[in-house]
Amino acid sequence: MLEQFTFIGVFLLVTLFISCAMVGLSWVLRPKRPDPRKSEIYECGLEPHGTPWFQFKAQYYIFALVFLVFDVEAVFLFPWAKAYSLIPLYAVIEGVLFILLLAVALIYVWRKGLLEWM
Amino acid sequence: MGDAIVNVSAWIEGLLLGTGLSEPWVSFIMTVISAFVIAFIPVVIVIFLVWGYRKASARMQGRLGPNSSGTWAGPGGIVQTFADAIKMLTKEDIRPAGVDVIPYNIAPILIFFIALVVWAVIPFGPGTVIGVDLNIGIFYIMAFSSAALFGVLMAGWSSNNKYATVSAFRSVALLISYEIPQLLSVLVVVMVAGSMSMQDIVGAQRSVMYLIALPLPAVIFLIASLAEVNARPFELLEAESELVAGYQTEYSGMKFGMYYLAEFINSVAVGAIFSTLFLGGWQGPFVDAAPILGTVWIFAKITLMTMLWMFIQITLPRLRIDQILNFNWKFLVPLALANLCVISIVNKLINAQASDWTRAGILLLTNIAIALVAWTLVALGGRQKRRQYEAELEVVA
Repeated sequence: MLEQFTFIGVFLLVTLFISCAMVGLSWVLRPKRPDPRKSEIYECGLEPHGTPWFQFKAQYYIFALVFLVFDVEAVFLFPWAKAYSLIPLYAVIEGVLFILLLAVALIYVWRKGLLEWM
Repeated sequence: MGDAIVNVSAWIEGLLLGTGLSEPWVSFIMTVISAFVIAFIPVVIVIFLVWGYRKASARMQGRLGPNSSGTWAGPGGIVQTFADAIKMLTKEDIRPAGVDVIPYNIAPILIFFIALVVWAVIPFGPGTVIGVDLNIGIFYIMAFSSAALFGVLMAGWSSNNKYATVSAFRSVALLISYEIPQLLSVLVVVMVAGSMSMQDIVGAQRSVMYLIALPLPAVIFLIASLAEVNARPFELLEAESELVAGYQTEYSGMKFGMYYLAEFINSVAVGAIFSTLFLGGWQGPFVDAAPILGTVWIFAKITLMTMLWMFIQITLPRLRIDQILNFNWKFLVPLALANLCVISIVNKLINAQASDWTRAGILLLTNIAIALVAWTLVALGGRQKRRQYEAELEVVA
């Protein structure tokens, strides 16, 4: 167990090192000739106008909220699925009821028409 | 065990012990070596995959792919990718004015890092030949692969570019939406296999692979994963005709190259995860006699899945965002939920002593029944909508 997670720890460090090394290598090899024209933001050949950090559609936020319901559900369901072969039928049905309760949330959002892209 | 690989690792270990290092140091160095080997497997695969992808897409679209690299043409232009890699490395890295420097620089590193991290728990052969058999293997994969979202969001938001920002928002909507059917179909596999460890899931498919027993979760997982790796029918993040290059618009040089590589690595990783979960991983004929064949089998399956990905990616057109989200929330998620509920009860009702084939047969029939019900509901809903539309037309006329 400890050995396995030691490996994961070493692996994370190694992959981080490789990722950083690739950027670092290009930082060493690349030419550096900055120019104000070159560093302009791309905007269809026009001069950049206004900031991109604007207020955006609230719809994205609703999808994120619906997602949150199911993501938390998944956290609870993974242990349930792992223990599945050990638990009796009524515990399985309890899990199914839990899923159905959360499915009601989806039906509610659906009926409210919030899943329509406006 | 995969004899050849084990022999090599034993030889290296002997070599290290021969230098007079103490036992813990040797095992630590072996860990580091094996970590490097696993991290380089996807990178090496991708170098050839990029070439193969460009060849295949050219053939499917009736044109020539890379066929020469400047003065020295390798067979079929195989050196093209290496030339591209060197070009990427030596390109000037232009940092546009007004970007948010820290997230802008971290984003490509993060995305590439996550693309590589997933490979640690993929079982490449019987026993743990290289890599590690975590007891939460598939959970680890799902947890890390969803973190790629932060990279996309950081890149899009920090770029100070309107196209990149729109792309970042779209990516959030798309990636989080498709994560749910993916998680729900993985849950079915974990439930039936009774374990989250990748080796145990492979072992549970000894007689029947889950593609046969659980075809519906397999298809849902494949569709959702293709959306997660940004393959063509779901390619919203960098819809070239709408968003220039999406969140990568303001990146150049190696940072752009890392996004490019990470996308290919993720696509191969989807193939690897799908083969492990549903195609029986390294299982195949004669594996018991010659364990090294297991490695051959899994790579054959990964190749097959990668080819499927290429085929889908090259031939299908792109969908609109509302179509993509509707398809997910109104079809895939309810289907995956129904599937999870029904299969969990049916699988519990099957006699524990039943043979693998009986179990697989009953699960297959359940899957077909769910699919038929879903099909009927969709057909009825479609007919109703059509009638409504026709009635509206009549009113107008």
